Amino acid sequence: MASYSTNEFKSGLKVMFEGDPCSILENEFVKPGKGQAFNRVRMRNLKSGKVWERTFKSGESLEGADVMDVTMQYLYSDGEFWHFMDPTSFEQKAADSAALGDSKQWLKEEDLCEVTLYNGEPLSVSPPNFVELEIVETDPGLKGDTAGTGGKPATLSTGAVVRVPLFVQTGEVVKVDTRTGEYVGRIKG
Amino acid sequence: MNDWSPSATLEAVKARADLLRTVRAFFDERAVMEVRTPHLAAHGVTDEHIDGIEVPGYGWLQSSPEYHMKRLLAAGSGPIYQIAPAFRHGEAGGRHNPEFTLLEWYRPGFDLAALVQECVELLAPILGAAPRSVTFRALFADATGEDPLSARADTLVARAEAAGAPAGLDYRQAVDFLMATVVEPSLDRDALTVVTDFPGWAAALAQTREDDDGALVARRFEIYHRHLELANGYQELTDADEQQRRFDADNARRRAAGKPAMPADRYLLAALQAGLAPCSGVALGIERLQMVLTGATRIEQVLPFPIQRA
Repeated sequence: MASYSTNEFKSGLKVMFEGDPCSILENEFVKPGKGQAFNRVRMRNLKSGKVWERTFKSGESLEGADVMDVTMQYLYSDGEFWHFMDPTSFEQKAADSAALGDSKQWLKEEDLCEVTLYNGEPLSVSPPNFVELEIVETDPGLKGDTAGTGGKPATLSTGAVVRVPLFVQTGEVVKVDTRTGEYVGRIKG
Repeated sequence: MNDWSPSATLEAVKARADLLRTVRAFFDERAVMEVRTPHLAAHGVTDEHIDGIEVPGYGWLQSSPEYHMKRLLAAGSGPIYQIAPAFRHGEAGGRHNPEFTLLEWYRPGFDLAALVQECVELLAPILGAAPRSVTFRALFADATGEDPLSARADTLVARAEAAGAPAGLDYRQAVDFLMATVVEPSLDRDALTVVTDFPGWAAALAQTREDDDGALVARRFEIYHRHLELANGYQELTDADEQQRRFDADNARRRAAGKPAMPADRYLLAALQAGLAPCSGVALGIERLQMVLTGATRIEQVLPFPIQRA
């Protein structure tokens, strides 16, 4: 990989730091008058998700990290691994539970996800912003209640639990925003 | 993309015009002559921490108009000022742009205190701020707990590392780091803070002297307001031999840091040999002054076309 000097650190650049791939969030240039310049850098460790702040002497460099985001189709889970396929090359990748994190509760077979690959292996998986999932269990609510005040919990086919309006019933398909975990609407069958 | 449009508001553009009119009136009233010296010249500067922008076949974009202005002074120009673009490689960020504007002026016959006084007379009314003066040593010790002139190198380096500095700094770098990250943020935002008596090793082109404790200090000052460094001034070095030694020492440090040495500006050395009368001079960042005047937090709020869209 190429290496990058502090003046090339831009938001989104992926570099290796202390052995882990990191994404640069912010880079602030600090220089007293005639003195040594420094760069105060905020970056996210892509393995742990933690945000680090470190100061470098300007002109120091870090090696680039072999990290890329690719769109892949979710195929299935065997319980230990979640399998994805590149829809153009048909290449398959297996992601473990740590890479999936909270995303696994939103994965429906054949949905397209953003998979972050590090050295060619899945590091993290982002589900689509909106998913359509079937309700497998929810208390029967009152027909005709359309206000949606309060609502009730509903278990979806993937195991996720979301709050839905009272009129929504088991067997219906609902649209959910995966970033907030909130119900968006019903999909008319 | 709308990156064709200015990043600064038109109000900020107009505020700059108003500011420059005020500055010119100030110097006009005091019979200080406006001059224009080259922005592109054969030599760059030797400063370890100022990297020039080279123009192949021509030389260097000037990082300050200082050398040429001193040549005018040596030729007997009398008091002069200039509002000049300055260029520094790699300096880009919230408070820096690789091309910026310096208001630089020189006063034959002024000692450092007289020039500080004139800076205050220019800035205090514009900023509505009261001046306060403090030595670098006292300010640094107050903010960091360490004496920058007498503390051991390893003590200062450890203090810098405790404040988040990268490992492997030397003594000077540790002082620079602490100045930028601990001392500057500790300054009274609302005061016009004049910092004097910089460490002798940070003299650049200033004369040096011994302070009351016998430590070597520079006849150099800086002015801060709202945690921003606005101006840097010297009681100017006029000794050609000492100037040559400073150039050589700078280049030794550049080489040790893995940077190419910069040839000494022979015109400046010759001008000093011909004779530069005692004088003091100061450079003030116009965009920084605009920032504190308008409350801007980033330089692109006062520069219509920062380097990213220039």
